[in-house]
Amino acid sequence: MVFSEIEKIVPGENRVLLKEKLGELNYDFLIIATGTRIAPEETPGLLGELWRRDIFDFYTVEGAVALAERLKSFNGGKLVVNITELPFKCPVAPLEFIFLADTYFKKRGIRDKVDLTLVTPLPGAFTKPIATKMLSGLMEKKNINIVPDFNIAEVDNQNKQILDYEGKGVDFDLLVTIPTNKGSDMIERSGMGDDLNFVPTDKHTLQAVGYENIFVLGDAANLPTSKAGSVAHFAADFLEENLISAIKGEPLKAKFDGHANCYIVTSYSKGTLIDFNYETEPLPGRYPYWIGPFGLLKDTRLNYFGKLFFKWMYWNLLLRGHHLPVTSHMSMCCKERPVSEKNK
Amino acid sequence: MAQKEYAGVTVDVNDEGYFTNHLQWTKEIAAAVAKEEGLELTDKHYAILEFLRNRFNSGEALSIRSINKSGIVDVKEFYAMFPGAPLKRSTKIAGIPKPSSCI
Repeated sequence: MVFSEIEKIVPGENRVLLKEKLGELNYDFLIIATGTRIAPEETPGLLGELWRRDIFDFYTVEGAVALAERLKSFNGGKLVVNITELPFKCPVAPLEFIFLADTYFKKRGIRDKVDLTLVTPLPGAFTKPIATKMLSGLMEKKNINIVPDFNIAEVDNQNKQILDYEGKGVDFDLLVTIPTNKGSDMIERSGMGDDLNFVPTDKHTLQAVGYENIFVLGDAANLPTSKAGSVAHFAADFLEENLISAIKGEPLKAKFDGHANCYIVTSYSKGTLIDFNYETEPLPGRYPYWIGPFGLLKDTRLNYFGKLFFKWMYWNLLLRGHHLPVTSHMSMCCKERPVSEKNK
Repeated sequence: MAQKEYAGVTVDVNDEGYFTNHLQWTKEIAAAVAKEEGLELTDKHYAILEFLRNRFNSGEALSIRSINKSGIVDVKEFYAMFPGAPLKRSTKIAGIPKPSSCI
C-alpha cells in the first residue's frame, strides 16, 4: 500500500509518477477511480464576498456544516438552489435538499415566509420525462418553483443575483449552489481527460478509450449515466470480470448497462425511488423484483424507511464487500411504462 | 425513420429533427435548417458548425464549455448567435446528434 498524491499517469509507458519525488509505480493494469470534485472557481463571482455567508455548497463537509448553521438564522426570503452545469454527482441531491428545506421550514413554522426555487439548466426537475413529470408534480404540490433552461454565467454579489448567458437574472437571499463538477486535476496533467477532466471510457467494457490496460470506475469516468454510488457499485462487478479477462488476454465479455438506482427523500417521512440504465428511463413499478416493498416513482412512507435501512446496509454490507440481494444489471421486472407514454 | 427535405435534398432525421446520417449534410442544407430555426447563417456561424462537426467526427464529447476551445467565440457569444439553447440548435443545424449533455 502506497499513500501518496499522484503527479501524473504516463499511459504510454505504463507508469504512475508520485508526488514529492516519492518515485514511480510501474503497472501492467491500472484502475482509475479518482472521482469528481466541485469547482466553484469555474463560475465568476461564485467565490466572491458572499461565499459561505449567503452562498453555500453542500458537497463538502465545510460547506454542508456552514449551510446548516446559516439555515438556523434564515428567517425568510428567497432560497435559491442552482445547478451550474451537468454532469454533477448524485443528480437527485439538489431535489432532496429542496424537499427537505420545505419540510424544515414547515417545522419551524415559517414556510410561508420562504420562497423556494430550483434554478436548473435542464428543461425540468430531472433529466428524463416520466420522472420529471412525477417530480415536477411533487414540487408544485409543495409550492416549490422551478426556473428551467438556465445556464448560469456569473453571480452578482452586490445585487444578490445569479445571471445566465442571456442576461436573465434570479434574485436570492440565500443561494445553495451545485457548482461545476470536474475530474481530478491529475487527469488533466496526464492528458487523459475531456473538457471537465473526466476520462473517456467505453460505456460497456469500462476500459479507458485508447488504453487496453486501463479501466475506469465511478465518477472519474465520462459514462453517460448518473455519477452515483450505486453506479460505481454495480459497475465494479462488470469491471472485475473484464479485468480478469484482460489479464488472461481474452475478449471483454461483461457489458455494463449503466444501471443506477437512488432513493429520493421527499420529506422527513416519505421518499421515492428510481431505477434506470443507459436505455431505460426511470419507470413506475416495484423494487426489488415483484415482491419489492418499495414503490418506484411513488412517494411513500415505506420508501423513506427503506432509505433509513439502506444507511445500515451501507455501513454493514456494502463497505464490507458483501453482495446485495439485487442484480447488478437493471431488471425490467415489475416496471411499467405509463399508458400515456406507451405509444411514444 | 422520418425524412425531411432541405434545399431540395431529402435527409433522414429522428423525431426531434436531428440528422441520423451526418454525411447527408451540406452547407446549403445547413442554411435551410437554420432558416427553419429562424436564423440567418454568417461566416462565423459556419465556422462554429465546422468546429462542432470536426469535434463530433473525432469522437470528442460536445458541451457548451467546449465552445471556449473553438477559438471562434466564447460561451456568451455562442448564446447570442444561437439564442435560447445554443448547443441543441447548433448541433441540429450542423447535422450531428443532439449531445448527451442536453439529455
